[in-house]
Amino acid sequence: MSNVPDTLRYSSEHEYIKPMDDPSVVEIGITDYAQGELGDIVFVSLPGVGDTFEESDSLGTIEAVKAVSELYSPVTGEVVEVNEALDADPAAINRDAYGDGWMVRVKISDPAQLESLMDAAGYKKHIGE
Amino acid sequence: MITETDTAADTFASRHNGPRPSDIADMLQTLGYESLDGLMDDVVPGAIRTDTPIDLPAARSEDDVLEDLRAMAAKNRVFRDYIGMGYADTITPPVILRNIMENPGWYTAYTPYQAEIAQGRLEALLNFQTVVSDLTGLDTANASLLDEGTAAAEAMHMTAAVSRKKGDRCFLVDAQCHPQTIAIIETRARPQGIRIEIGDPDTFAFGDDTIGALLQYPASDGQIRDYRAVCDAAHAADALVTVATDLLSLTMLAPPGEWGADIAVGNSQRFGVPLGFGGPHAAFFATQERYKRNLPGRIIGVSRDAQGNPAMRMALQTREQHIRRDKATSNICTAQVLLAVMAGMYAVYHGPEGLRRIARRIHDLSRTLAHALRQHGHTVVHDDFFDTLAVELPAAAEVMAAAVERGINLRAISDRSIGISLDERTTVTDLADILAAFGVDATPDQLAGIAAQAPQAIPPSLERTSDFLSHPVFHRYRSETEMLRYLKRLENKDLSLTAAMIPLGSCTMKLNATTEMIPVTWPTFAAPHPFVPRDQVEGYMELFRRLEDGLAAVTGFDAISLQPNAGSQGEFAGLLTIRSYHQARGDTGRTTCLIPMSAHGTNPASAVMAGMKVVVVKSDEHGNIDIDDLRAKAEAHRDSLGALMVTYPSTHGVFEAGIRDICDIVHEHGGQVYMDGANLNAQVGLCDPADIGADVCHLNLHKTFCIPHGGGGPGMGPIGVKAHLAPHLPDHPVVPLGMADSCGTVSAAPWGSASILPISYAYLAMMGPDGLTEATKVAILNANYVAHRLRDVFPLLYSGATGLVAHECILDVRPFKASAGVDVEDVAKRIIDYSFHPPTVSFPVPGTMMVEPTESESREELDRFCDALIAIRQEIAEIESGEADREDNLLKNAPHTLAAVTADDWTHPYSRERAAFPMPEARESKVWPTVGRLDGAYGDRNLVCVCLPMEAYAEA
Repeated sequence: MSNVPDTLRYSSEHEYIKPMDDPSVVEIGITDYAQGELGDIVFVSLPGVGDTFEESDSLGTIEAVKAVSELYSPVTGEVVEVNEALDADPAAINRDAYGDGWMVRVKISDPAQLESLMDAAGYKKHIGE
Repeated sequence: MITETDTAADTFASRHNGPRPSDIADMLQTLGYESLDGLMDDVVPGAIRTDTPIDLPAARSEDDVLEDLRAMAAKNRVFRDYIGMGYADTITPPVILRNIMENPGWYTAYTPYQAEIAQGRLEALLNFQTVVSDLTGLDTANASLLDEGTAAAEAMHMTAAVSRKKGDRCFLVDAQCHPQTIAIIETRARPQGIRIEIGDPDTFAFGDDTIGALLQYPASDGQIRDYRAVCDAAHAADALVTVATDLLSLTMLAPPGEWGADIAVGNSQRFGVPLGFGGPHAAFFATQERYKRNLPGRIIGVSRDAQGNPAMRMALQTREQHIRRDKATSNICTAQVLLAVMAGMYAVYHGPEGLRRIARRIHDLSRTLAHALRQHGHTVVHDDFFDTLAVELPAAAEVMAAAVERGINLRAISDRSIGISLDERTTVTDLADILAAFGVDATPDQLAGIAAQAPQAIPPSLERTSDFLSHPVFHRYRSETEMLRYLKRLENKDLSLTAAMIPLGSCTMKLNATTEMIPVTWPTFAAPHPFVPRDQVEGYMELFRRLEDGLAAVTGFDAISLQPNAGSQGEFAGLLTIRSYHQARGDTGRTTCLIPMSAHGTNPASAVMAGMKVVVVKSDEHGNIDIDDLRAKAEAHRDSLGALMVTYPSTHGVFEAGIRDICDIVHEHGGQVYMDGANLNAQVGLCDPADIGADVCHLNLHKTFCIPHGGGGPGMGPIGVKAHLAPHLPDHPVVPLGMADSCGTVSAAPWGSASILPISYAYLAMMGPDGLTEATKVAILNANYVAHRLRDVFPLLYSGATGLVAHECILDVRPFKASAGVDVEDVAKRIIDYSFHPPTVSFPVPGTMMVEPTESESREELDRFCDALIAIRQEIAEIESGEADREDNLLKNAPHTLAAVTADDWTHPYSRERAAFPMPEARESKVWPTVGRLDGAYGDRNLVCVCLPMEAYAEA
């Protein structure tokens, strides 16, 4: 069983969205289920601070040994912080998807978009658990 | 008394096919059939069967066909070729010729997907990468590409992929690149919308839209120029510089990586690989470390195994088309492993001092020739050169003719200019002969005097000062005994067809018969330069005609192009031919390419390269194309529909009954049908692609037509087309092929890798129409026999309406993930312990294995393989029942090395004997994996693609 914390929201493309202290900023990464499916992650390519994205644009790519996956933006907004530690240690995503494995922090343009994302129960159902 | 029936019984087909007649009868009985034809009736839908036999001459004996080929080869007149243009004669060290090129232990292996039984050729490829990296001065090299022209084109694609510039983009090309390279670049750039500007590098204008430039060093006409300022200008404009170069010259010249090049490409042929009238050879590609994720082709990297020891495997595979599909920058799949291994071993054999000596000698001969020509009033155009001179004179034709009279080919650069490129074989006597063609008389003694006076021809600022090939591997094997043992030691680490079946689905690892292989290295086939006058190679011309006729007869097509050098190149060439056809009709908007979800990743990557937009068609639950979805998509894109790419039988190994309807729907909506010939081995003699409805099909000669896989190349991917597409087939700028409205040039040589074509010709001639058809039937029988024996143990994923498969079958191992914690990787690695090569893993369906036994495997071998899989199922059952540990078990720890099972320390809950000798037969012919299971993630996170210092290999 994958770890699906109740405190987060989820996209159908297996990103998690974590609220931050600043209510206009969210943290985005991939779920524990997604890292399990991908296997050992060896490289992540992420956007730059200041880049802007529409909902479902590609934010970057995640490479495992045998698979590669796009990271889709679950919201519209501007990147305010990027987890640069992943350059040297992409395995952090496998170890701690919701902690050290976070990828970007985004200032959201439309908080209403968060409402359309799944809650933990919905995501569990989505991944058949 | 000798009767005809005695000799008739020993047909080649009976040697090529594995099962004996009595086995076939038994196997059919197991499947519930009385005859092979009865089985075929249920496997191959009646609607697509042909009832006309293949229009080919009757089968001939092996001896007969060898005689026939000998006579053909004798019609090739071998001249001394000083044409250059990226090809130079070379001496293949005999120890390499016999023990690699002519050795099935090396040439029958496949791409090193299973690293634990491929450390030998992985090490050989790492040597090659080290040679390329050291000589070019760039840190990251790949394990080879197809030829110099396509390598340069790959560099352009990579430049475009890393460039931040968008919109209308321009790529600059040195007018002194080899003409075939320029033609390929133009062909590749057109569908990408990249503008090519050809000019003198000194006048290159790097604008806002310039993404990069391609230079040739030394240039095609021999000149050595200092390009440092060009590199500075390029970098200032955020453009990349690619340098096409010659490895041997780089033993004396400052390497491109030291003066600003971002990418270096070229042909490694002159490192001991015969010219072969164009190939096969290994091209190289090197770049800076920061671009490693954009590098095309295979990269061999050093990682570690489960025990923590250094071990090699293919690295960064997520760059490749089979994963990236339409997002890939390149459609390249395979490398030219056999030839790259040879080139790397040439460097091992000679070492840096030997290579320097060879280069120095060629250079000194060139200086002598230049000086002698000048002394006699000829104009040698450039003062700075390595091995190639351009000579200006009033009438080139006279000298060209005088040279031909002396058995010498020179390059006619223009009516008033001749090129002369010297090589490793050139002697002082040859120099005298070349000079005689220019009307200059010089004795060897006089030439020695001239040599002493000849001025320097390498500018001091471009002399190489850095060391290269300092790794011990390039210094240890100087005696032939040591070299022989090194080659044998590496060979023995690998599993090839000489040891066991390689049931890789979609790869068709059938017999590469000795008779088929013998002509390849005859000098009459191996020696000609690709651009010699056609009247000197009448034997080759006859071979091409007969092979084209044979391939046309097998496929039903009207015309064949032998140019594409691999399946991926065939796909690209086929799609370009289709595009060219649409455009010639004014249908310029037909750029949508429908591709089924189940297609191999190369298909979408090729479509994108050909400038097409990929629209995916769904598959139904049986793995077949969803015809309703196809119809809907064809309808939705009816104004832009260019082509459908379809594999037949499907990638799931099933003859789809609806294939005719599928082709009709595409044609009705204005599209053309491209058939991927990967699975042609199930069609030959039973149905033909042209009749089914395909307009183009590529033929993997390295699958169906017996060219060996060479450990991961060479291959050949000719295309067959219907008459309406024939005028659009590939042409060649140096050797015009007479196409009326060609789609361009796809390979550096006009007929691709010509010297391996005798293999496919011999196969067709020795099998004849009946033998070929019989082989197809036996291939289908073997696959169904395996499927039948295993279906109760491993669920069969797809089968046709009758419960039968075509020539391969997919075994589902996904359920064991939940029941035993075992995944497909564990099963595959455990198969190695049973001394087999695992089947194809996770293609076309993740988590499954695809088995293609081919017709060449005997029933005994099939039974051994099935017994192994049944035994592994039993091992899984022991985990399921709790009898075996869920983590520490035979599968999770597989493969087991000799070191692991003989170690003093053995902590596993199962016996050493079960680990290493799970079946009694294994004792007789055990193939040991030389490393434990590879840690792919470690190597991908820490890429190392050149030889490690020796300490790393020291015993821990």
